[in-house]
Amino acid sequence: MSKLEQTEGYRIIHNWMADKGYAPFDFQLKSWKKYAQNYHGLVVAPTGFGKTYAMFLAVLIDYLNHPESYKKGIKLLWISPLRSLAKDLQKAMQTAIDEIGLDWQAAVRNGDTSTSVRRKQERNMPDILLTTPETMHLLFSQKKNSRWFKNIRCVVVDEWHELLSTKRGVLTELAIARLRSLSPNIRIWGVSATIGNLEEAKNVLVPYESVKTTIVTSKEKKKLKIISLLPDEVELLPWAGHLGGKLAKNVLDVIYENNTTLVFTNTRNQAEMWYQLLLNEDADLAGQIAIHHGSIDAKLRNWIEDAINDGLLKVVVCTSSLDLGVDFKPVDCVVQVGSAKGIARFMQRAGRSGHSPNEISKVYFVPTHALELIEVSALKEAVKKRDVEARTPMVLTYDVMVQFLVTLAVGEGFDKEKAFEMIRETHAFSYLTKDDFEWAMQFITKGGETLHAYEEFHKVVFDEEKELFVVKSRRISMLHRMNIGAIVSDAMLRVKFMKGGYIGMIEEYFISKLKVGMPFVLAGRVLEIAHIKDMTVFVRRSKAKKAITPSWKGGRLPLTSYLSHYLRLKLNDALKPSIRERELKFLNPLLTTQNIHSHIPKSDEFLVEKIQTREGCHLFFFPFEGRLVNEIMASLIAYRISKLQPITFSIAMNDYGFGLLSDQDIPVTEENLKTILSKENLMEDVVASINASEVASRKFRDIAVIAGLVVQSHPGKRKTNKSLQSSSSLIFKVLEDYEPNNLLLRQAYTEVFNEQLEEARLHEAFDRISKSTLILKEAKSYTPLSFPIKVDSLRNTMSNEKLSDRIARLQKQQYKLIT
Amino acid sequence: MNIVTKEIVFGNAKLTLTNQRVLYWKAQEMLILSDIHVGKTAHFRQHGIAIPDAVLLKDLERLKFLIEHFQPKQLMVVGDLFHADYNQNFDVFIHWMEQFQDVTKILIRGNHDRFKVEFYENLGFQTHIQKTIDTLTFVHDAVKVKPNTYYISGHIHPGVRIKMKGRQYLKLPCFQVTNQQMVLPAFSLFTGLNTRTTLEGMKNYAFTEDAILEV
Repeated sequence: MSKLEQTEGYRIIHNWMADKGYAPFDFQLKSWKKYAQNYHGLVVAPTGFGKTYAMFLAVLIDYLNHPESYKKGIKLLWISPLRSLAKDLQKAMQTAIDEIGLDWQAAVRNGDTSTSVRRKQERNMPDILLTTPETMHLLFSQKKNSRWFKNIRCVVVDEWHELLSTKRGVLTELAIARLRSLSPNIRIWGVSATIGNLEEAKNVLVPYESVKTTIVTSKEKKKLKIISLLPDEVELLPWAGHLGGKLAKNVLDVIYENNTTLVFTNTRNQAEMWYQLLLNEDADLAGQIAIHHGSIDAKLRNWIEDAINDGLLKVVVCTSSLDLGVDFKPVDCVVQVGSAKGIARFMQRAGRSGHSPNEISKVYFVPTHALELIEVSALKEAVKKRDVEARTPMVLTYDVMVQFLVTLAVGEGFDKEKAFEMIRETHAFSYLTKDDFEWAMQFITKGGETLHAYEEFHKVVFDEEKELFVVKSRRISMLHRMNIGAIVSDAMLRVKFMKGGYIGMIEEYFISKLKVGMPFVLAGRVLEIAHIKDMTVFVRRSKAKKAITPSWKGGRLPLTSYLSHYLRLKLNDALKPSIRERELKFLNPLLTTQNIHSHIPKSDEFLVEKIQTREGCHLFFFPFEGRLVNEIMASLIAYRISKLQPITFSIAMNDYGFGLLSDQDIPVTEENLKTILSKENLMEDVVASINASEVASRKFRDIAVIAGLVVQSHPGKRKTNKSLQSSSSLIFKVLEDYEPNNLLLRQAYTEVFNEQLEEARLHEAFDRISKSTLILKEAKSYTPLSFPIKVDSLRNTMSNEKLSDRIARLQKQQYKLIT
Repeated sequence: MNIVTKEIVFGNAKLTLTNQRVLYWKAQEMLILSDIHVGKTAHFRQHGIAIPDAVLLKDLERLKFLIEHFQPKQLMVVGDLFHADYNQNFDVFIHWMEQFQDVTKILIRGNHDRFKVEFYENLGFQTHIQKTIDTLTFVHDAVKVKPNTYYISGHIHPGVRIKMKGRQYLKLPCFQVTNQQMVLPAFSLFTGLNTRTTLEGMKNYAFTEDAILEV
């Protein structure tokens, strides 16, 4: 084989780049070579280094070298998780194609593409199609769709790390499996940021043993500068996070020192508040400040994104909605409000500033409470070591499989055996059993494993003539197409001005708590409800000074296990006299207080604090395992203590630890703590301590929607399919009562164990605790570590009683009716 | 099945609330219920949503048990007997009804009951939009309340959300009762709960398998 550098294709591309004053990075050259040698794999590079060009140009070079082997239609399929990404990528690709002098067309197809453009594409597909996993499946649901995919030479999955650990990743895996069955020689490549399990990420994307695979990693490293904004004195910090409002002035200084600043917050609620805070601090910002989050109307968001690119905005307050996506050239500074809770997320956000290679990314960190400064110091350490979280791929997601099978049936129909083989090829379903697949077939053809003859169930039927499983009903096809995808959002209502103009989306749950005329904040504006009709909230501007900020569900991300590891190490060193880190030095008075009144746990110690107050007896535990795991541990420990002596607790937790409160003395000693914290019977006790069915019922919501058991009503769409409305919790109950073997139910419980209980992490935590020295300290009052837990508002009560028992207790207890 | 009852006086009539989603009026020997939604599971299934059909059978089993328990002369359905268009569930129901030929059946037509009157009459149901018996007026959804009239209605599938200590919630079906209005819980188990509608001066009788509680 001739060297790539000597080929015609390489020369053309090289000259084109040279004309623009660029030379390919090492990793780009390497990916071109690997691509030319028929490899599949993963390209890993920090943002801003031209990951796109690594793959896109590889295909162009191959085409230039072998034009005869390319046929009409889509040649390169580019799947990316974000719609907003596609637009700019397409522009860049088309420009390159035109400048190089090729006749290729690059086009976008996703949810934003107009019907006329789509029809045009269906008649004549472009050479490069940029799309999303959902749109791929929508294409599969069309009649005679396989003709579009027969000549595809390469599929690239962009931002693969983002998709990997989600059900959208499973959708992607299935899409690739189908593409490969239509075009067996297709080359599969992924583009990813650094994550902890790259090898696994590659194997999930390319699970085929017969092909050569590789990972191309760039040597280029993004330079990152992390600067904490510190208040004048340590006491100034509000305890458990009133959002560091006092630091707004410091943030303003940062904003004025730089061109364009992105202010990242962790929740939409926080974003709305910071938008107001900054405006209040400096009214001159009006017109130069914008707010961007998932609930803001897409048009407005697009406008904001364009405005950032054009350098019209000084500052944008945003949430994870701007984590990914197009490179904003003018952005030279990022502010992170509150802990990012994860190393990967923090680096991703940091990478939003100083986008060109070799530029330094600057991140300012605004703590929302004092202890978050330890998190920053842990983050710095992790970034230095380039230790980034792994993303665990999802497996055996039956809901996605059921959806996929129906998609195939709606499209061209499928052969049972072939479909089974195709699905089994993916990583997600490599352990799929014949029985489970049979169950899914029953589910979509007969409506479940059943003793009755369900004649009316005609979702998927066997077409004797074609010898394929197909969907014949147009209405079912239509309902299914509306339901394709794996992103399940809460019922959202559109928010619209009386005089016209959309502002954004808001959860039904929030609106239901508001009355007409009550002021609330959305997209930085104070609004009041006029009336609600057809899933749309009509609003007008409000003159009210005070308004409620909607709290969207979700959004509170727990600390990742990687970061918590570094956190424990930092705490270990925190009081060493040699410590020179700014954050830790600043925290010194606080940490010293903790040390005097209680203790600072070393990395091989586990601290428990017992504090008597007027409220009762508190017990605080500090596993530093993130909110979710701490919550599970809390109910587990409560359960184990209540076995020693009947006792009722109320529970509070944050990312660092959890607290149990009781009105009676909690009987713990250093001796019995060993048993209480033992790893024996861990999962049995966990299951006994939580109401698993209730948690699973909540998890079932997404599953029911993805598997098509719940018809979602879409905002703005008139037809709400009212006669088909039901809640997932109702279906969950019905299935538990009448079809306990349903695989989707089983999946809900599995997801509870993997995601809610984080079984693996829980085991690790208890393993670590069993090797640590237990330290029980009695303190006279709240300590710096325990106080934030105490004031954390998320409380619940440990209860594993049956419904009838709860009722009995309820009758004795004072209760309050919620309306 | 465990039937728990509670006597109340409403509109000068002595009525028996049960924890089995029905109301019994002894003076009239009348069993009163609402929102059976026969055909709902099949309707879902026709549209490719796999809901087990046993739900309907369970509903009918419960109703049979209640009829045998109270031995009523009259059966009053306050609307939404059927859920949607004619489907297989209807046949099951019609066949099931044959065993209760001696019971007078009255249907107050609800928003889901869109068939012609003859259809219901053939099934042995007298139908009305509104019907007054003695002091009580039956209507599917009581929108306007006239003075000195006592309404019994259904339609909204009332439920209560009860807050317990420490952020725990419990949702239960209930009878909503005011001076002039009583809203019945939905009879079918395949119905959701509406915990948002409130009436002025309302009392809720929520219930579980073994208790009726006043909230």
